[in-house]
Amino acid sequence: MIHPTRRSVLKTSAFLAYCCMGQFSAARVLQSESGPLPVTEIDDGVFAFSGADELMRAQNRGEICNVGFIIGKEAVAAIDSGGSVAEGRALIAAIRAVSDKPIRYLINTHMHPDHIFGNAAFDDAGTTIVGHHNLPRALASRGDYYLQSFRASMGADLMADIRIIPPTQLIAGEETLDLGGRPLTLRAWKPAHTDNDLTVFDQKSNVLFTGDLCFIGHLPTMDGSIPGWMDQLEPLKAVNARLAVPGHGPVPSKWPEALDDERRYFEALARDIRKSIADGVPMAEAVKTAAESERLNWQLFEEYNERNATAAFAELEWE
Amino acid sequence: MTIIPTDRHNRMMPFVLLALMAIAVPLSANAQGTSVPESTTWNSLKGDVFGQQAIAPADGVVSIEAPKRAEDAALVPIDLRFKTDATSGQIKAVTLIVDENPAPVAAVFKFGKDAGVTHLATRLRVNAYSYVRAIAETEDGKLLMTQTFVKASGGCSAPALKNQDEAMASLGKMKLRVFPSNAPGIEPKTRATEMQLMIRHPNNSGLQMDQLTRYYIPAHFIQGLTVSQGDRLIMSMEGGISISEDPNFRFEFDARPGEDVRVEAADTEGKKFQDEWPLQPSSL
Repeated sequence: MIHPTRRSVLKTSAFLAYCCMGQFSAARVLQSESGPLPVTEIDDGVFAFSGADELMRAQNRGEICNVGFIIGKEAVAAIDSGGSVAEGRALIAAIRAVSDKPIRYLINTHMHPDHIFGNAAFDDAGTTIVGHHNLPRALASRGDYYLQSFRASMGADLMADIRIIPPTQLIAGEETLDLGGRPLTLRAWKPAHTDNDLTVFDQKSNVLFTGDLCFIGHLPTMDGSIPGWMDQLEPLKAVNARLAVPGHGPVPSKWPEALDDERRYFEALARDIRKSIADGVPMAEAVKTAAESERLNWQLFEEYNERNATAAFAELEWE
Repeated sequence: MTIIPTDRHNRMMPFVLLALMAIAVPLSANAQGTSVPESTTWNSLKGDVFGQQAIAPADGVVSIEAPKRAEDAALVPIDLRFKTDATSGQIKAVTLIVDENPAPVAAVFKFGKDAGVTHLATRLRVNAYSYVRAIAETEDGKLLMTQTFVKASGGCSAPALKNQDEAMASLGKMKLRVFPSNAPGIEPKTRATEMQLMIRHPNNSGLQMDQLTRYYIPAHFIQGLTVSQGDRLIMSMEGGISISEDPNFRFEFDARPGEDVRVEAADTEGKKFQDEWPLQPSSL
C-alpha cells in the first residue's frame, strides 16, 4: 500500500465487508492488541501472519500485510517487520513462542510502510536487515514523507516508536542466505510494484514469500512500473514454488495460480489506459473508467484504482 | 535532442524566493486542511505577484477545470480554456497559481501574438487543500481571474521517481504528439491543432528531505520553455516546482501546416534541451 486515503465512508464499508467475509474477524483483532502475532505454520519451520485488507490505521496497528519467519538449525529469518513497531514486537514474540534461536536476518521485501515500519523492533536483537540494493535510496527519498503522511491515520502513539531503518546487507541479482541447513534464495527484481522488490524462496519447503509482487484480494498498488511488473510475471511464475505467502492475500496461496488475479487486473488496466492514450483522451478522463471491469473483483478498488490508473497513464504515454 | 550545460541564470529568483519564504512556515496546518476554502492566502499573495494591478473576474473569458479531489497530489490535471472572440480579444499571458503551495506561482505562460492558443492543460503538484487560480492578461493589459478548489495533500513533498534509474537515464527526452481532430473525446475544431508536449524531467521540488543527511534534496526543475513554429512564438513558460515530474503540456493553437515545431527548455542546473518535429499533414 502507498497512502492513507481520505474516503472514510468507503473505508468503513470496505472494513465491514472484510469483517463479514474474513475467517478471522473479531478474535484476530483482539489477539493482535497484545502478545504474539497470530501466525500459521505453513510448513515445518515456516510461519506467516495474514494481514487485513484495510488501510493502515491506529485500530489495526498497521497490520495490513503478510509477514512471516523461517527457522533453520542455527538461526531465524524474519520476512518484513510490519506496519508499526508494535507489530514488529508482536512478530518477535511469535518467533520466541516457537524458537529461542537468534533472529539473524530481517528481510525487507520492499520500501512500503506496512512492510518496514516495524524495523526498529529488531534493533536490540543483533539482527542484520537485508534488502534490495535500491532499498536504501528509496527509503532515503521517501522515509520522511512516510513518517509525516501516516501520522494522521496511525496516531501519535504508534508513530512515536517508528523509525526508518534501511538495510545494511544489500541484494543484487540472486543470493543465498543460510539459516543452518536451510538455504533461502533471495532475488532482487527489476522495477515492478516498486523499484526495490525482493522475493524469498525457502528451498527446503518450496514456499515463496513474494512481497508485494503478488496481491490477492487486496487491489495491487502501482508504485514502480506496470509494464515492468507485467513483464516479470512470467519469470515470477517460473519460480518452482509449491505455496506462496503473497504480500497481501490468503496465507498460504497456491503457486503460481496466486498470480492469476493480478495478471487479469494489469491486463485490463493497461489495455484501457493504452486505448485512451491512443484515442487522445486526456488523463483526467481516462482514469475515471480504466479497469472498471475489475471493480467487483477486489477489496480497496475505490481507494487505489484511480491512483493506479494515473500512474499507469503517466508511464504508458511514454511508450 | 541535445544537452548543453550553460551558466545558471537567475530570472527564476521570484519563484525560488517564494519557495524559501514558505518553507519557513509550518505546512502541517494547511496539509490537514479544512473543507472550508478561505482566500486569506490569496489576499496576501496578490500584491507580491501582481502589485497594485486590479484583477477582475474572468467571466467566462478564461475557465479552469481540475478534479475536486486529487487522486495523486503530485499529478493533478489542470485544464484552461480561453475565449478569444472579437470582444474579449487575445490572451497575452496566463499565470497559474496554487495558493497553498510552498512556491505558489506554478507557471507563467506567454502566448505568441498570432498563436491563437485556446486551450492549455498541464499537471501540477498540489501540496494542501488549495485554490488553484489562473490570472490571464488580455491584449489591452487587463487581468482576469478564475479559480477552482482542489483537495489534495503532500503533492510537493511526495517523493516522485517511481523508477529512479529510468528517470535519470532519460532526463530531457521530449515527445510531441499531434492529435487528430476527429478522435473520440476531442471536440471538433476548425483550424486549431491540438498538441501534447512531454518532457522527461524529475522537476524536483526541493521539499523532499534526504533521510540520511537531513538536508532537502535541491530543487531541480524546468524553469524555462519555449514552443515555436517556424519563426513565430507559440508559447513560452517560466515554471516553478509546482509543475509535476515529467512536465506535460497539451494545447491548441493555430498551426501552419508544413512548418516545423521547435521546443527549447532549460532547467535550474543550466542544462538545455531542444528538439523539433516537422508538422506535416501525415502527423495529423
